[in-house]
Order: sequence, then structure tokens, then C-alpha cells
Amino acid sequence: MRCTRLLGAAVMLLALAAAPAAADSSPSASPSGGAAGGASGDSDAPTVAGTSFRTATEIDQGQRATASGSAGDYLYWSFPADAGQRPTVQATVKLPETHAAETWRIDVYDGLRRRQACQWGAETRTAQADAPSLELACVLRTVRAWSEPWANDPLPGTYYVRLTAVNLPASGLGAPVSAEVQVDSKDMGGAAAVDGSLAEPLVPGIAVTSGQDDGEGDGDSEDGERNAVLSAIEPEDGWSSGWWSDRWVWTGIGAVLAALAGIGGYALTRGTGRPRRVPPGA
Amino acid sequence: MITRTRLAAGACALLAALTAGTAFPAGAAAGEPTGEDAPKVDLVLDVSGSMRTRDIDGGTRMAAAKQAFNEVLDATPEEVQLGIRTLGADYPGDDRKTGCKDTAQLYPVGPLDRTEAKTAVATLSPTGWTPIGPALLKAADDLDGGDGSKRIVLISDGEDTCAPLDPCEVAREIAAKGIGVTIDTLGLVPSTKLRRQLSCIAEATGGTYTSVEHTDELTDKVNQLVDRAADPVVTPVATEGADACAKAPTLESGLYTDREEFGQQRWYRVDVEPGQELRASVSVGADRAVNPSHGVLLRAVTANGREIVRGEAAGNGRTDVLSTGLRYPKAESDDSDEGNAAAEAVCLQVTNSFSPASGVQTTPGLPLELTVDVVDGPSDSDDVASFGLGRGWWLLGLLVLVGFLAGLLWGWLSRWRFAVWRTN
Repeated sequence: MRCTRLLGAAVMLLALAAAPAAADSSPSASPSGGAAGGASGDSDAPTVAGTSFRTATEIDQGQRATASGSAGDYLYWSFPADAGQRPTVQATVKLPETHAAETWRIDVYDGLRRRQACQWGAETRTAQADAPSLELACVLRTVRAWSEPWANDPLPGTYYVRLTAVNLPASGLGAPVSAEVQVDSKDMGGAAAVDGSLAEPLVPGIAVTSGQDDGEGDGDSEDGERNAVLSAIEPEDGWSSGWWSDRWVWTGIGAVLAALAGIGGYALTRGTGRPRRVPPGA
Repeated sequence: MITRTRLAAGACALLAALTAGTAFPAGAAAGEPTGEDAPKVDLVLDVSGSMRTRDIDGGTRMAAAKQAFNEVLDATPEEVQLGIRTLGADYPGDDRKTGCKDTAQLYPVGPLDRTEAKTAVATLSPTGWTPIGPALLKAADDLDGGDGSKRIVLISDGEDTCAPLDPCEVAREIAAKGIGVTIDTLGLVPSTKLRRQLSCIAEATGGTYTSVEHTDELTDKVNQLVDRAADPVVTPVATEGADACAKAPTLESGLYTDREEFGQQRWYRVDVEPGQELRASVSVGADRAVNPSHGVLLRAVTANGREIVRGEAAGNGRTDVLSTGLRYPKAESDDSDEGNAAAEAVCLQVTNSFSPASGVQTTPGLPLELTVDVVDGPSDSDDVASFGLGRGWWLLGLLVLVGFLAGLLWGWLSRWRFAVWRTN
């Protein structure tokens, strides 16, 4: 009798314990939604690239942006990255039919224009003579909600991608090239959570524009086209407020389990029903 | 829908104006949207004798340029003010001095009358010299005035024939004037010398160089450049940093430009109130040939000279800019005393370790772009986990174990109490 009850409790505990794992895999934000939309929603993907931080073309995560330019140009894009995401930047460069060997590179900068390191991925690659195209990739570190000012950790905000040829023979200068860039990100969940957050995301010029954002609500994306701002970037569903992480689920389930274990422990010592030796009249 | 958006935009603009007016009385102008001024583009076309050569899609270079111009004039967005300037169009003679002054405004920069502009283009025939330098200077004058973006598109088939005025240095001077002109160049001939000169001009102003071999390439590229001019961008505010903190100009939130010579240091000041965070980033551009290894250092220093935080960047090889940034959240002051809540003047020092390649002029200085944002401070971290919450199987295990032990203990306690009660 006691044994089956304990077994039942154990099964229930196991089932409950499996829940956090499920919470892990289902992203709280929706960066994967953006990635999925990338395949279909490309009709409005940008077809130009900027030529400086100031003129960088804004792209969303999951969008496949294209651009044509000349070898030797510095092509800039910018994208938003939120806390808990680990962005991956992928670029493809299509080279002219005949060319000498040339080296291309992507650099990723954060909203403070600090260069951000790639964890892995081929950020620099050399195309052999007459190779038709070249692929570059950069996997950034996980974006944290907060860091000390002395650290170089990636923080939520605007990120800039710069694509350029770093080693170009004089004969290749000015030749027509085209490039494709796509940014996807993996949601790292509560493992990357930190206690603390920035008052404003690391978006350049936000001190000048934040007054506008407060007032206009949903209309900003439309009339933004005539208002020049340094960076008007925002993730599809807005910047996360930072209070949610799957740690709430883990800790909550832990508390329930602890309570059940407590009841189990109590039951072990007490046995079931009334003690056998107590006379019925007691 | 549109009216509602307009209304919202109006309300927002009003609110923004009010906020800006109250919060940043002096610096409201810095980096504020300047979308009202029309973007201006000046197309500078080489009409020198060599444009007669038949090597683009079987026609002359001139024919290709004319065809491209016609298509570009058709596709120019309404808001762009477009002008056309020629070089070497009028003087067929041999006198170098006269030939090198030969640049004329074919169509003035202003609202575009497509038919008129096309008629003007049709009259052109290849004639004279290639005075690129003087033409660029004049083109910069054409574009003067207004806060919109300004772009010169130079189309040429031969290098400048009017030494010693180096067009590359002319371009750098134009950029240093601070009127924000970008020069894009298109070369119609794949010659090394032309390529070097045109890419040098483009590099000096942050523009692009493209080598063109077909008419449609030319059309596409010029269209792309004109469209790019139509994109609204924030116009930076020119400022001049000092050589010491005490003399430095005080900056508000915004975007600024300056010039910094090789080895020079520039100081700026920003007032940061307790509870606010200063964000500053700086880009120093390499607008001329520099040696491969370079660096930029941005330091935030207190008025007394103590370094608070620094941002540094270093690189080697080809680059357009080298940039870095820093954050300085100033802690809330502990005392409620009014006198202590005063803003702190933080000095920003920018130094660079670019070095000029041999034979390169060192003046004017390298272009420097500085963004300053003063925002509310972050809420601090006091624990590695968010809100003191935990995650992971070890945490669950520990909680279960402790809960179980607590249950056992409670059970034993109550048994013991029951036993005591029964014996009594």
C-alpha cells in the first residue's frame, strides 16, 4: 500500500521534473519565428547596403538581405539582437567571373561600435582566383541583459555587420560584386540570464529619439521613413523587459517538488492512517 | 489611417520638441532629424576628347554616358535635387591653363525638369581636357547650403590632366570643409592609374569607386547612388575638440564630427548626472593611405584625471574606420543632499595611432565621428542569476533532498511529541 503510493509520487515527480526541459527548448522570445519567416517573407528584404555606420541598412533577423556593390566597398548592415540570443551572421559574396585571389571578411560591431568577437565561424576567407563565390560566417557570443561597464560583453541593442575585401589586388578594385547577408539567432534561455538590465537598449542615438518613441506607440514604423535617426532598430516583438527567464519555471517546479518530497518524507515516518497500537478509544 | 499616422507623428514631434526643449536646452540640435532639407546630387561628367573612344558596348563612351543619364533622369526620385556639371566640354584648344579651367554647370542643382535636363545632356560632345580637381571644387560649391545629404557622382574615363592640383587632395579638402559631401566615382576604363586616382578620391570622402564596362552597369550604379542620396540620414554636427580637458567643448546627446591629425589627441566633455549612463562611441576614418597597423583609444576621465573606463580598438590591414566605444553608468548619489546631486563633467579623450604611408599629406586631419548618448542608468546586478532564481537538475535535486529531509524531520518530531503525550 505504502509502496504503491510512494511509487505514484515518484512518477508524478518525474513528470513534473521533465517540464523545465520542455521550457528550455521552447524559446520564450521568438527569434526562431523570425528565422522561419525568412524563407517566405523575403519580398521586403532590403536590396541595398549602407556604406558607413551612419547609413547602415537595417535588417531584421531571419531576413535575407542582398546588395550589389563594387569590390573595395565597405558594406554595412545593422540588426537588432536581444538578451538571451546568440546571433549568427552569414554572408555570401558573389565574385565577378574573372578575378585574382582576394580575401574577404565580416566584422560585427555592437551598438557602441565596439568590435565583437566571433566564437567560431569563418569570418575571414580567401577566394582563389576565379572562384565564383565565397561564404563567411560569424557566431557571436550570447547577448547578456547586463554587464559591467569595463567588460566587452554583447548587450541588447543594435549590431552592425561590415563586409569588405581586406586584401584586394589593384586589378580587382571596383569590380562588380553582390552580397547576401542573413542573421539568425539561437535562443539560449535562462542559462544566459543575469540579474540586472540596461535602462535602454544599446541603440545609437536613443537618447535623442526616446522622447519620440514614448509618444507615438505603433505608428513609428511608418513615419520613420522620413525621420532620419541613427538607428531605429527594434526586434519584431519589441525589446524584452528582462524579467522573464525560464528560471522561474525551474525554481517553481523545484519548490513544488520540494514540497512533495517533504510530504513524502513526513508520510514515511508517520505511516498510514492511525497508529496500530493506539486503542480505538484514545 | 494616413491621417491618424500623421496625427500621431505630429503629436510625437510636439512631444519630442517639448522633451528636447526641457531636457536638453542647448543640445537639441545635435544629431536631430534633418529630413526637411532635400538631398542634393551633382553628377559630374567627363566630356574630354577621349570620351569619343568606341569601347563600351560598341558605342562611344559619350553615347553610353548619355544613355545612362537619360535613364537616370527618368528614375530620379521626386525629392532629390539633381544637377549636372561637365568638365572639359567647351575648350578644344591646346592651352593647358585655359583647358584646366574648363568646367561648367550644365544643369543647376535644384528641382528637376526632366525634359530640360535631357535636352541639355543631348547637346554634349566630347571636346577638351580633364580638369577633375577644379570640377570637384566647383561641384562642392554647387551643393553648398541646406542640411540634407549631398553627393557628387564623378564619371570619368581618364585621370586628371591638370597636375599639380591633385584631385585626391581636393576631395579631402572638400570633405574637411564639414559640409558633408560624399564623392562616388565611376571609371569607364580599366586602367590602373585611373583606378588608383578615382578610388583615392572616393576613399577621401567615404564614397565608393566602381569600374564600369557596360552601359547598363553605368545606369544601375548611378541610379543606385542617386537613390542612396534620397535615404534620410542624420547629419552630424561639426565640433572641435580641445587638446586638454579643461578647454574641451561640452557635448549633449547627439552625433558629432571633428578632425584629428595623426598623433593628435582630442578632448570633449559630457555632463553626467547621478543615475544616468554615458554612452560614447568614436570612429576615426582612414581617408588616405595609412600604414597597416593602427589603433584608436577612447578614454573617459574624471576632471581630476582619473581614468574611469576606456574603449580601445586596434587593427591591421585595409579599413575605412576604426571605432570603439564605452559605457559609464554613474551611480545614484547616496546622500539626499541637494548639493551632491550635481552633474559630473566626464572628459572624453580620443587618440589614434594611425600613421601616414610615405608621401601622404597629414593635413587636414582624419575624419572623426563621435556619438554621445546620455540615458538612464542600468539596474545593477547583485547576483549572477536573475532575481536570485536558479535553474538546472542540481537545483531540483537539492530542493527535493532538502524537502524530503525536512519532511522526515517533521515526521519524527511529531512522532516524538505524540510519544511524549501518550506516556503522560
